Parts: sequence; structure tokens; C-alpha cells
Amino acid sequence: MTAHHKMDKADSRNRLDDMVQGLVGSPMDRPDGPLKVSGQATYAHEWDVPGMLFGVLARATISKGRVTDVASIPLIGKDGVRAVITDDRLLRRPAQGGADEAPPQGSRQVDYFGQPIALVVADTFEQARHAANILKISYEPMANAAFDPEAEDTPTDKPEDDQLDQGDLDKAMADAPFTVDQVYRTPGHNSAAMEPHCAIASWDGDKLTLRGSYQMLNFNINELADALHIVPENIRMLSPFVGGGFGSKLGISPEAVSAALAAKEIGQPVCVALSRPQVFETTMRRSETRQHVRLACGTDGVLTGLGHECLVSNLPEEEFYEPVTQATHFMYGGKNRKLGIQVARINRTCGGSVRAPGEAVGMQVLENAMDELAEEAGIDPVELRRRNVPDRHPEQDIPYSSRRFIEALDEGAKLFEWHKRNKTPGSLREGDWLVGHGMAGAARVNILSEAKARVTLCADGTAVVETDMTDIGTGTYAILTQIAGDMLGLPASKVETKLGDTDFPAGPGSGGSWGASSAGSAVFLACEEIRKKLAEQIGSEETDLALANGRAGTGESMRSFADILDGQDISAIGHIEPGKTLEEWQQATYGSYFAEVAVNAVTGETRVKRMLGVFGAGRILNEKTATSQCYGGMIWGIGSALTEELVFDDRDGHIVNHDLAEYHVPVNLDVPQIEVVLLEERDALASPIQAKGIGELGICGAAAAVTNAIYNATGIRVRDYPATLDKLLARLPEQ
Amino acid sequence: MEITELSVNGKSHRLEADSRVTLLDALRNHLGLTGTKKGCDHGQCGACTVIVEGRRINSCLTLACMHDGDEITTIEGLGEPGNLSQLQSAFVAHDGFQCGYCTPGQICSATAMIEEAKAGWPSFVSDDLEGPDRLSDEEISERMSGNLCRCAAYPNIVNAIRQVAGEKS
Repeated sequence: MTAHHKMDKADSRNRLDDMVQGLVGSPMDRPDGPLKVSGQATYAHEWDVPGMLFGVLARATISKGRVTDVASIPLIGKDGVRAVITDDRLLRRPAQGGADEAPPQGSRQVDYFGQPIALVVADTFEQARHAANILKISYEPMANAAFDPEAEDTPTDKPEDDQLDQGDLDKAMADAPFTVDQVYRTPGHNSAAMEPHCAIASWDGDKLTLRGSYQMLNFNINELADALHIVPENIRMLSPFVGGGFGSKLGISPEAVSAALAAKEIGQPVCVALSRPQVFETTMRRSETRQHVRLACGTDGVLTGLGHECLVSNLPEEEFYEPVTQATHFMYGGKNRKLGIQVARINRTCGGSVRAPGEAVGMQVLENAMDELAEEAGIDPVELRRRNVPDRHPEQDIPYSSRRFIEALDEGAKLFEWHKRNKTPGSLREGDWLVGHGMAGAARVNILSEAKARVTLCADGTAVVETDMTDIGTGTYAILTQIAGDMLGLPASKVETKLGDTDFPAGPGSGGSWGASSAGSAVFLACEEIRKKLAEQIGSEETDLALANGRAGTGESMRSFADILDGQDISAIGHIEPGKTLEEWQQATYGSYFAEVAVNAVTGETRVKRMLGVFGAGRILNEKTATSQCYGGMIWGIGSALTEELVFDDRDGHIVNHDLAEYHVPVNLDVPQIEVVLLEERDALASPIQAKGIGELGICGAAAAVTNAIYNATGIRVRDYPATLDKLLARLPEQ
Repeated sequence: MEITELSVNGKSHRLEADSRVTLLDALRNHLGLTGTKKGCDHGQCGACTVIVEGRRINSCLTLACMHDGDEITTIEGLGEPGNLSQLQSAFVAHDGFQCGYCTPGQICSATAMIEEAKAGWPSFVSDDLEGPDRLSDEEISERMSGNLCRCAAYPNIVNAIRQVAGEKS
């Protein structure tokens, strides 16, 4: 029994508002919490698989060329070494998010420094690690590698469908009383999820079980099958707990295929975990960007022109590029527009999705430029943004779905007491510290993704939710439990949500912030179908049905589920598909950030003292987990603003700071008690549960609030991220 | 092969393993105690924090064979579902985690950290060397900065620890 729904028109029934169980929206604790805090949640490396061997990948120490020899023979059979795998099916690059097919394979060709070449398998981890370290690999290097995305002789190309030239931006710039024309740079980033990528492969005849750490099993199973040249029906992937993803686990990575090949060849289960440096080198990086922004406005502050032209990079042949201008297209008005992306083809680690690809760096820079324009035009930065909210999409002339940007600006300004700030840069000093305030807008595209989930109302009065959807820390276990509990009138303790198993119906995967609204909609649809069956059995209409605390009826006569079901389970699959509402309306989530920083007048060190985020993301399914997502995004924004930067060696493109000692993610003391406010919103065009995505919104412009505050504190514009102290020191105001 | 007697969560284990085995890998790969996590294997992230002889350490930075006879407490020894420690419960109530991978390390670290503060250990942000009178948010943050959380649950980690440290002092 499948309930299928295509999102072709608005759904403003707001059914979840009428459910009496009262779970959705509440700050319910995560049902998976007790397992996680007691060390009993089973992450990829933590399955008890008898007879398991350990594999360690050996990596390329050249940047472009061919492998001529892998000296396996001296190692095999000694010190526990069982095999050295050099199969042509080994992955050369990780799979992009949603690839649904194998990424480039064959590790004899070397595309970047750190690429996996071979897998060494031994009885113990220590033996495999040592053997992988001493494995001699011979190469024939090629001299024509490119490492600098901005070098003149680096090849570049332009994705044709992502170039816009509307009106006459040059003329608008020349005619406008106020303009900004600046080049900004953001560095590469790494997702740096706390759990390194890992896979345990075991075969039973032709059937492969792969326990791993992946975000989108619905695609990953096809990527793995294609890579191994087997059918997906012969694979079961399990990822019930994922120790963070942030894009790095959207597609399969080298550990998955190498573990499967080794386990098949040796005839025993094999576990392959990436080391932390390998996570940096051989999963995904966020591309560095060069962004040329031009803004033109009249004396009223209304934009007449907007330019956002970007250079990003990736390996040759990769279709993915950092979609820097994604939100610039719809965020602000301005008739004359020039937006474009250019991709430099260089031999660095593969470029791919890292939390909020596009907006994380694009909104950050656009919101810096808006701050500069506010300064030029002498208009309050909040007010400048208010004046430039377009009625309709400035390029496609389509309407917006629910958009609470102005409310987020106003609410943020009020709560932060924005009007009290010192407006003269570099003039507020407390002891050795220069204090400043800054703000920025937030926006992230909203996506609904195809998803299925099965819900079973069991004869004993409990319910089970099953989908291969994952919970990467986002709160999926909580929100699906809440939706099913509300729709079926059950307390959360009577609902069990099972995730991360490809034997379950295919969910949407965790990525692009679409997981909650898509998987949640599938669960909602399945529950509606079950309600219909229940209504039939008690002879009422589904819409008249009252369900609460395990009992169903029409008000006067409530009967227990056990009584109604009489020993028979009711099971239904919900199936949601995106439709016309995604094409005919511009859907996005919006917000605002406000930050107070202190910059040390002697050392140039920046500390974030206060930070507020106000967000509108449709219906909030769980206040607690949604708030945590926003904390995460905003703190990533602090990292982007102040410390995070992949450093590449000019000579061979290798990542110099490939670990957590040298790649500086924010630590506890870098972060104040951040305040998050979630606005009430129902987006009828987004999904049948009126929810949108919130996993990435927190980062989409957050860094700009910090650097705009640094400007207010010091009078210094840092346009080359991150704003490390060396970039401030020489230009700090005189004492 | 080295033979090492380890007392983990009050239970003694006889470990016969390669001398290269870290305490972290001994726990995870040999004793089946996978609650202690490997985030970096280089002492950079704190996910592998356990309590050895009353002090929190990064178990990836020490070899198992160096701990013959030592008393070791891991996350499994602090509590289990249905019988969680105060800190474990507070982490759930305050959402002091998201993906949960750094969480056992955070909780082991915080458990020992509260005792350090009670014993008068000063930190980088303490006003004097006698240690703080109470664990302010800044003291908690500073003392927990060796435990990275990429989900960045830091505000809630501080909230959870503040609640328990307040109850204990």
C-alpha cells in the first residue's frame, strides 16, 4: 500500500497543527541520545564482525602521472600482511553527492597528491598501517599539472547554464551615485566530520554487506554497485549512525570499494578506515573562491545593478563546481545583473559539497559587499537590506514562497539592540580591546527530494518507521518519531524509528538540508494512509478521526488500537516527489545574523563576544534539534570568518594542513553562548508538512556578520578570508 | 606480543597484543569497548578521551603496554541507557551533541574536569593560581577546548556541564 504525492500545488491544510499528541515542534530529546552518550551507538567501525581483517590505503606522493609499479610481493605473507589490492575498480576520486553511479576509477592514473593507490590488508591494524607506510610505489610523473587556480596558464572553463548577463551592469555602475566594486577571496575548507570515513565489507556468496558512514544510502548503493560491477540487489548498506557528514559522506569514497574488493578477494570481512590526513586528502574539499562583486544603488539605497563573478576550482572532468552565486540570483533586486562562474582545472583534492555549497561562501561575500554599500550610501545596513527585497524573482519573474527575511532582520535588530551600536568604525575601546558590531542576511535554497518511508501501526499499539534515510546528527530519529507519533496518536515511546538500512524504502538521504522535510513528508503520507484504513475500520471519515495516546475514535467513543486492529498490523509506504511548486516558485529559507566582536588592539586577535541568529525555515519540527543545527552553522561561520583555511603547497598541490592540529575548526572557547530564534512559519508550497530545510541555513552569511563587526571595531575590511590576526595587525588604529 | 593487565571499568582484562597497539585501539579492537572514539589518532581532537588513574588523557597518544595495572574508566563505565550518569543525562537534556561521535570523549573529559576544578586546578582563564571558586562558562569552555565538536554543540555542552557542576559544588 503506497500513498504517492507529487508536490504540484500548495498544501495549506497545516494538518500537523491539529494533531493532539503535541510532539511536532516540541523540543523533544533525541530518542537516540541515551545510546550516543553511553558509547553504545554503532558507528561504521564499531560492528562486531567475526574474522575481520584491517586494510589501510597507501597514497600517491606525486600530483599527476601514472603508477608504474606497486611493490606488493616483498610484503605479502610477512608480518600479517594478507594482500595488496590494486584492482582497476579502486576509486580514484570520491563520488559527488547524488552521483548515483561510480566516480572515476582506476588508481594507476594519478590526478592529485594523496590519491589512494593500493589497499594493504593485514591481520591487525598495526600491521596494515606499517605495511602501507613502507609499500614502495613507482611513478611516471607528468609535468603539466596545474596547482594555482589563478595562474594565467591554468586551464579554465565556464558552466554554460550558470552565466547571466541581464541589462547593462557597466552602465548601471557608471551612473550610480553609490557603488561597491571589490574582489574577495575565500579559502578551501574541509568538512572535518569527527568520524573518519570507514567501511566494513563482508560477503556471503554474491551478497555484499557494507557497514559504513554515508549520508545518502539511496544513491550510495548504486554508486557502490556500479563501481563493483554488480547489481544493487546484491548489496545491503548499513549506516544507522553517522559521525557527522557535512557533505563529505554524500557519495561513496575510496574506503567503500577497496574494502569490498579486498573482502571478496581474501574471503574474509575487511575493515578500511581513513586516517585523519586521508580524510582531508581523499574525500571532498570546498573550493577556494575569488569573487568579484559589483553593487550599484541610487541615493535611496535601492540596487540598480548587481554583479557577482566567481572563480572556483576542481579536478579536470568533474561536473560539480562550487555554486557560489546560487542565492545571489534571488536574494536582492537590481535590474542590471551579471553573475557567472568560472572553473579552474587544477590537480588538487577533489572539489565537492561542504555544508551549504554555494551560499556558505557566496552569501558570506555578498553580505560583506552589502555592508560596504551601506557604508558608502550612509544607510543603516539593516535598512539597506530591507529596501532591496524584491517582489518577484529579479531574473525569472516568478513569485517567492513564504519568505520571512524582513521579519528576521527586524526581530534580530530588536533583540540585539542594534540601534545602540557605535556607528563610527574603530572608535569603541574597552581596555586593550576594540569592540564592534556587524550584521548580515542569510539565505539558502530550499529543496524537496523524492523520498519513501514505511510506517507500520502494529497490532500491539506501537508503530515502526522504516527508511534508509540517515541521521548524521541532524535529528532524523527525533523528527520522524514526532511526525509519526502525532499523526497516529502515539506517545514517542511507542514509536520506533529505524534508519540507515538499504533494505528499507529509499529515503532522500541527508544533504542539501532536504532530509527533514522530504523524509518527514514521506512519513506523513504513510501515516495519512494508515489513518484512512483505521477510519474505514471504525466506520468514520479520516478527517473526523481523533487519535491520541494509542486510541482512535470520533470523539465520544475512543477505542484502543489493539481493539480496532484485532491482531492485524496496518502498513503503508509514503512516497513524496517534488513537483511544480519547486519550479514555479522561488523557495528558500532566510534569516539574519548579528555579532559583537572584540579585536585586540595589540595583537589583532578577534574574539566573538555575542552572536544572534534569527531564522525562518518553515515549520520547525523539533525546536531543540533545529536550534542545534543553527548553532552548528553559525559556529562554522565563526570558523570561516576567523580560522578555517586549507593551505595548498604551490609546488605539488598537496594539502599542507591535513589534520585537526593545523586546520583550525572552532573550539569551545572560540564560541560564546550563541542565541538562536526560530520564527513561526508555514510554507505551504515547500512540503505537505509546511517544513523547509534548516541544516545549512545557519552558515549562509554568518561569517560576514563577524567580519562586518571586525570592520566596525577596527575600520579594517578583510576581503581575504579568514580574518587572521596577521591581516589586521599592521592596519590597526593608532593607540 | 606484549602481555598487559588492564583494569577497565572495574573489570580486569589480560591483553596480549602487538606493542604498537595504542590504548585506544586496545579498547576498541581488542576489548570490544567501542564507546571510546577515534577522531584523529594524533591527540588533536579529544574524541578518545578516557580517564586513567583519575586523570583524563587522549588514549590514542599512549600505548596500551604502558598501562599495566592501571585503572581505566571509559564511557561504558560511566553509565548506560536506563542508568545514565548525571553528565550523560544532562548532555541528552541539553542536546549537548548532534552526531554523537565526540560525545563519549566530551563526557569523559567533563567528568574528570569537574574533579580537577574541585581540586583547585587553575586554567588559562583563571584569575589566580588557586583555581576558580566556581566553574564559570569561560572556565568550562577553556577546560573543554581540547575536545573538538564539529557539529559545534559547544553552547549546549557548556549548558550541560554547568548544570552538573553547579549541582556538584
